[in-house]
Amino acid sequence: MIPSLPRPWWLKAATVLFVIAFLLFLFMPLATVAAFAFNDAPYPAPPWQGFTLDWFIGNESLARTGLFRDEELLGSILTSLLVASWVTLLSVMIGTTNAFLMERMRFRGQGLLSLLMLVPLVIPGVILGISILAFASRVADLLGDLFGWEVEFLRPGLPLVVLGQISYLIAIATLTISARLKRFDRTLEEAAYNLGASRLAVLGTITLPYLQPALIGSAAIVFLMSFENFNTTLMLVGADSPLTVMMYGRMRDGATPVLNAVSVFLMVASAALALLLMRGDDRQRR
Amino acid sequence: MAETRTRASHYLLLWLLLAPAVLWLFGLIVLPHVDLALLSFRERTGPGEYALGLEQYRTFFAEPLYWDVFVRTALISLIATALTLLLAFPIAWTIAKLTRGRLSALLFAVCLIPFWVSETVRTLGWMILLRETGVLPGLLVSLGLTEAPIEMLYHDATILVGLVYTSLLFMVVPLYGSLESLDDSLIEAAYDLGGNGWTVLRTVVIPHALPGITAGCIVVFMLTLGNYLTASLLGGKNSLWFTEQIYTQFITRFNWEQGAAFGFLLLALSSAMVWLGLRLSGQKFSDVMSRT
Repeated sequence: MIPSLPRPWWLKAATVLFVIAFLLFLFMPLATVAAFAFNDAPYPAPPWQGFTLDWFIGNESLARTGLFRDEELLGSILTSLLVASWVTLLSVMIGTTNAFLMERMRFRGQGLLSLLMLVPLVIPGVILGISILAFASRVADLLGDLFGWEVEFLRPGLPLVVLGQISYLIAIATLTISARLKRFDRTLEEAAYNLGASRLAVLGTITLPYLQPALIGSAAIVFLMSFENFNTTLMLVGADSPLTVMMYGRMRDGATPVLNAVSVFLMVASAALALLLMRGDDRQRR
Repeated sequence: MAETRTRASHYLLLWLLLAPAVLWLFGLIVLPHVDLALLSFRERTGPGEYALGLEQYRTFFAEPLYWDVFVRTALISLIATALTLLLAFPIAWTIAKLTRGRLSALLFAVCLIPFWVSETVRTLGWMILLRETGVLPGLLVSLGLTEAPIEMLYHDATILVGLVYTSLLFMVVPLYGSLESLDDSLIEAAYDLGGNGWTVLRTVVIPHALPGITAGCIVVFMLTLGNYLTASLLGGKNSLWFTEQIYTQFITRFNWEQGAAFGFLLLALSSAMVWLGLRLSGQKFSDVMSRT
């Protein structure tokens, strides 16, 4: 079972075969999506008709709208980026204050609060979506009845999507940042205080720089999860669709390979983000 | 004087740090769910008139379709969780125990890569692979295994493949973590004491990996139960998935009371399974969640 024990040759061979089959299973869907982005055919289906870039740059003589000409799709990418930026900013900020609250403060009910912070992670995304949708419109109705205000941002739309996504992404940011703050050597801060530094100076020059990798790491994870979120977003979305909702709608109607082109774009963007993070990690270790 | 000043500033800091946490947890989690519960117990007695009642829950139990879809969703989610565990365990074992150093790190990274890409993209891949005019049915015909291309989408098995595929990451990561911390010498000792592969797995490996197994199973079950995208795209009109019923009531029919009741039933099932998983494995919620 482990390398230090003798294993028969057939078991070794079976292991290698299993791993190869597993990797094939993992990468087959992605490779297929990528390949058909370049197929010269009106639908993403075999047979292979030859290489083309029509699904990226468009081709007017064949009435093909490429990704870079598809305003609806480009707009939804921008919408997703906008939502993800707000979600990342809010989640990392609240995640940081939560980390300090749980690691540096002692108060009654702390145990209960730390348990409550994990709860959003075990609530299905659809339920988070509908509960926030129902609650927000109840609050909006109430404000309308009491004061005659028309509170637009509590109705389905992008602000509500942001609220829905941060409801569980804050939990993820909190866990990541707390884990690093817990390992922090507090004598470093005490030394700085002894040398006459103010609270703010210590936070800015010692504690936050130490936390930086966790802040960047959680920001990247939250950004990615927000960009890819579907379940919660679907329930809260208004007139502007983020990319995942837009793609879902088109996939149900039977889409052209322009969706494959978007997918290739997403793969490249994710890979770039992953590489960037890994390089940051390396530098940290050195 | 100085004493009271630092105490006062301590309390100020505490309240400043508590405010965002409380706003988040109560504003976005606790109150919305209380509201959802109230909504699900509201009966419409006339135009604009409501009373407390169990109408929505009665509808759920009286209408076989809703009840069937609920049970079906729960069963498929359970099967998907078990299959994910069976598939992920050997891979996590290979990465944690059979490979060393760079190869191990590389294999782990390679297993994570697909999950950097959106679920939408991965599902699109399966649709192109499996639909009647797709890659795999065509391949089967050209290999002479089937005479005409067969539709491989819109079956229960297709939903299962999609769900297992989407869930793998959430199983491999906690399993790898718990297997990696298992000391090889314990396994060697178990063999020296006369154990065979099966007894060592049952008495040494699984007890040690139990926190990881629990964490993976809980998260995977919850995610499959709440899945919408994979089930509805790969299952098509036959998918009969419970989250679709919630969506239909809330968004299409605008029957929020009924949708809230469905949402609450799904939440109850998901929470019950989390609780059961923790009870059966003797794990603490906070320990398990910190592993995922």
